[in-house]
Amino acid sequence: MWTWVAHRITGVAVFFFLLVHVLDTALVRVSPSAYDAVIATYKTPIVNLMEVGLVGAVLFHALNGIRIILVDFWSKGTRLQRQMTWTIVAIWLVLMVPGAYFMLIHTVENLFGSTS
Amino acid sequence: MSAPALNAPKTARSGGRTNYEMWSWVFMRVSGIVLVFLVLGHLLIMNILDGGVQRINFAFVAGRWSSPFWQVWDLLQLWLAMIHGANGLRTIINDYSERDQTRFWLKAALLTATVFTIALGTLVIFTFDPNIS
Repeated sequence: MWTWVAHRITGVAVFFFLLVHVLDTALVRVSPSAYDAVIATYKTPIVNLMEVGLVGAVLFHALNGIRIILVDFWSKGTRLQRQMTWTIVAIWLVLMVPGAYFMLIHTVENLFGSTS
Repeated sequence: MSAPALNAPKTARSGGRTNYEMWSWVFMRVSGIVLVFLVLGHLLIMNILDGGVQRINFAFVAGRWSSPFWQVWDLLQLWLAMIHGANGLRTIINDYSERDQTRFWLKAALLTATVFTIALGTLVIFTFDPNIS
């Protein structure tokens, strides 16, 4: 049940980001400086944190989508669907921890100083 | 005075649009699998590897779109993600909007945004000019 709710919420959120993302990328057709200006906002701390949320949402939607396909087509899918839910939660955590680290490292170093 | 014309009685649905929802269901699964690779690959390259978003600028985009491989990748990703997402939102609109009028206008807005975004993105990929100033 909650995976179904989360699948909808993450799907809608990613779709609306996609609309915005095509618009911001379209600025490459206006001028390099217009594009670089909008991309600069992607590099600010708050938006950078939102990107981690976006990647987390897409990753959950992808993993849960695979689980749905396995429930539909795999003969053992229905019986193992609960175990698969915990499997995708585990995979999500394993990928998100290093993913979030590499996404945020630059911002964290900028905000709190860096020795390098 | 003649009797008003009546519509033909409704028959059980057969053929015609009955397969539409089935194909929509198939499309969500097929496009979903392809998008797992395209979108997670895109996010890995753009947000995580080699400095992530901090290294993205116009020159970076120009470098990528000089290769037909990434042009095709982005074009396929654009179309599949937009149609997959629009079809998902269509399902959600059908589920939650209770009045026919609400449903109609929400779907009209969804279709407009989807067609516009796919057209704009496609135009940008095909007409990209690295020497624009």
